[in-house]
Amino acid sequence: MNKPTATRIVGAAVPRKEGVDKLLGRACYVDDIDREGMWHGATVRSSIPRGLIRSFAFDRRIDWSEFTVVTAADIPGENCIQLIVADQPCLADGKVNHCEEAILLLAHPDKHKLREAAGAVRIEYEPLPPIFTIEESERQEIVVWGADNLLKSFLLEKGDVDSAWARAARIIEGEYRTGAQEHLYIENQGVIAEYSAEGGVTVWGSLQCPYYVFKALRAVFDLPEDKVRVIQTETGGAFGGKEDYPSTLACHAALLAMKSGHPVKMVYDRMEDLAATTKRHPSRVRHRTAVDRDGKLLAMEIDLATDGGAYATLSSTVLSRATLHATGPYLCPNIRLHARSWATNYVPYGAFRGFGAPQAIFAMERHMDEIAAAIGVDPVELRRRNFLHVGDTNATEQEMREPVILDQLLERALKESDYHSKRAQFARENPASPVKRGMGIATFYHGSGFTGSGEVYLNSLGGIDVTPDRQVRVLVSNTEFGQGTNTILTQIAAEALSIDYADVTMAAPDTGVVPNSGPTVASRTSMVIGRIIERACSQLLALLRERAGLGPSFTSEEFFAACERYRAAHGEVMSLCRYEAPPGIVWDDQRYHGEAYGAYAWAVYVAQVAVDTVTYSAEVEDFWAVQEVGRVLHPVLAAGQIEGGIAQGIGYALYEKVVWQDGRMANNQMTNYIMPTAEDVPPIHVFFEEIPFRFGGFGAKGLGELPHDGPAPAILNAIRDATGGAFNSIPLLPEDLYLGLAAVQPAEETAGR
Amino acid sequence: MNTNEGATSNQHWPTIRFNVNGAARIVRVPPMKRLLDVLREDLHLTGTKEGCGEGECGSCSVRMNGELVNSCLVPVLQAEGADIQTVEGLALGGELHPLQEAFLCHGGAQCGICTPGMLMAAAQLLERSPHPAMPEIREALAGNLCRCTGFIRIFESVAAAVGAQSAGSATKLTTEQVHHAR
Repeated sequence: MNKPTATRIVGAAVPRKEGVDKLLGRACYVDDIDREGMWHGATVRSSIPRGLIRSFAFDRRIDWSEFTVVTAADIPGENCIQLIVADQPCLADGKVNHCEEAILLLAHPDKHKLREAAGAVRIEYEPLPPIFTIEESERQEIVVWGADNLLKSFLLEKGDVDSAWARAARIIEGEYRTGAQEHLYIENQGVIAEYSAEGGVTVWGSLQCPYYVFKALRAVFDLPEDKVRVIQTETGGAFGGKEDYPSTLACHAALLAMKSGHPVKMVYDRMEDLAATTKRHPSRVRHRTAVDRDGKLLAMEIDLATDGGAYATLSSTVLSRATLHATGPYLCPNIRLHARSWATNYVPYGAFRGFGAPQAIFAMERHMDEIAAAIGVDPVELRRRNFLHVGDTNATEQEMREPVILDQLLERALKESDYHSKRAQFARENPASPVKRGMGIATFYHGSGFTGSGEVYLNSLGGIDVTPDRQVRVLVSNTEFGQGTNTILTQIAAEALSIDYADVTMAAPDTGVVPNSGPTVASRTSMVIGRIIERACSQLLALLRERAGLGPSFTSEEFFAACERYRAAHGEVMSLCRYEAPPGIVWDDQRYHGEAYGAYAWAVYVAQVAVDTVTYSAEVEDFWAVQEVGRVLHPVLAAGQIEGGIAQGIGYALYEKVVWQDGRMANNQMTNYIMPTAEDVPPIHVFFEEIPFRFGGFGAKGLGELPHDGPAPAILNAIRDATGGAFNSIPLLPEDLYLGLAAVQPAEETAGR
Repeated sequence: MNTNEGATSNQHWPTIRFNVNGAARIVRVPPMKRLLDVLREDLHLTGTKEGCGEGECGSCSVRMNGELVNSCLVPVLQAEGADIQTVEGLALGGELHPLQEAFLCHGGAQCGICTPGMLMAAAQLLERSPHPAMPEIREALAGNLCRCTGFIRIFESVAAAVGAQSAGSATKLTTEQVHHAR
């Protein structure tokens, strides 16, 4: 097993790179920026879920000469937001496919005049019948997308499922559902755009992926690369919600800037942000599983469906990750998995931390507890008997070649949480108490980076340069939005160059300055980009040794002196590297077969939950998270990622419900879309086992998404343990608990277990 | 007197006077304009953030006459004569406030957008109760939403700041020193 090598900066809790600016209130978010002569923009949106647009009428009480009005007819290039499938218009042209779809844009110097004006544009529609459920979409009686409503499907097969059923000691079936979830980043979506005929388009914004926005703007404006520039401003949370939506918003603001001749700021208020932007895909997963007498998995048949909303956006890749995580970290010789993403007339669903994995893992991990109950085996023991080990293959027949330490993680989680004795204690106490307590577990893995050949196609380019004023700059398009990108990448560079942390800074996240190192998504930054930076640093040291007389060991002073000698003789001091895939990555995209991910992070989570059978509220009282994520680059940031992800996972399980009314979010306010507060989160105990991954930045694998995968199933498994109620759907609110537990009465007989 | 005429002025609007971070300020703005917007737009104190505009998230928290308020819910006319403290007023004298130092060391800030409000809520707590126990910390911060941290490291930061304050002699970093440490 690889041991962490001794490091000075990697692994140390150095101060967050942009931390002081954030603490002093001087970090510059997009709404903190004003441009000379700047106007403000607003969006007129569809009030119906599906229909044809017949006409616009502009109320005469508004002096429209003060406003700039943009419609689809003003788009100079393609009326399409470039992503995976070119199906989503930048502005609706003739028809709408979901509520809140953007139809028309307004700009005015005074932002306070925009709300009234937006309300004074009347749109006449000819409504068409909408569909709002996966089941309606599957029936295909009403087709709202393509020929068959099917946004994407995957079929994954391993072994021979059909002949396995006959050998089964038991066959266990279950259906599991997850709801939409809102990112609820505290900074709403926002951008500022400028346009000039000579300079083209420049956009500043709160966003994750500058080069996604760059690509979208180029197509909408039909501009060459040198006429589009995208700059990320300080970003107040994203969680996937600022992966694709900023492309749309940037195009809107830039269209207004072009037509008005002024810089235009568009910052959504909370209600607009909640109603109009993406959320986590709802899912329905059906499991049919054959086990032998000992509970060993013989065959799994899985039907996985997601609601993709009105346009394809990222649904295919979300479905891909759901598919690749649906069978859990277990060995099963026979698998058939059919995954489909269906179109409906909701606002398109998008990326959200975990990206399909939390949905699929919720189903798998709840199902494991139902299997355990059906065959009378302890849920922990059932998992242990089925864990993957080195040399085993998972659902895509990827052989586990890196260390797999699930048994060790499980032992630690059981010990730290005192799982067995607490379970026994609660079983004794529950019958006499109106508050029923239980322990629940989830074991899972999360693939780091893009799927299969995805990283090879991305072909990321990143590196460092050295400025004449003695700063090493990290040159990447990967962005900071709270997770710690700035800190870990500068740590890696400082470590690899053997210089001080203070000597390394991040270049501006500006497409005019940094190369395209790919999007900041998919738990790829530490592992993939970290490794590129580490290699670029080694490459620079080799160059300086060869051409600028840098000695075998050196001080920071000597390093920068060598850089200046190199600059005098050869010019710019810069070192860039492209992604290099680890050896043996073979992926068949047609069969969904092979090395799905370069590396996996592994985890065992335990929840202690109390259910009050008087109020029907469920409270997570304590939480333990044990994981192996490769090398931990920064202990404080890493634990902060885990804790934050778990809090979001608790919200996903017990609090956060998007209420729909005729295709529209009815609770689009923080008053009634409820996330966990400081009074709701339990103590969260975070433990890392470190096994450096050879092909990650200083041994790192991905960890940002992992913590969202485990909490929901662990919590619902704990509720089952506490009450005997098998709840298969989230969010699970008190009213759902009441209905479910009333059905499993009498409580006296079942409550103990 | 250190005064600063607000950027927007119109003779129909009343003159409103108050102190912000120890300095006297005068603005002529619509009296129902939100204190949040006056701070950000007229006084260019953009450290105070808007998260929801309806008093739920606490991002716009400032201290007004010793009370913690959501500045998105305060019409500026109510601030007449008030003493207001914003995040920009915490690190007076070029020295990080112990809370800021603790948030920096203990991971209390991630994306940073809730941080100014969170710091003001924590500062309010420590003024009322210099040695709060954990339940008191949780309660005091329950009106401020953070979506990044799960609050755990914010609690630890506040507890650490309490420890640093009670230790008295704990090393204080200046903003400049911390800047160098970057």
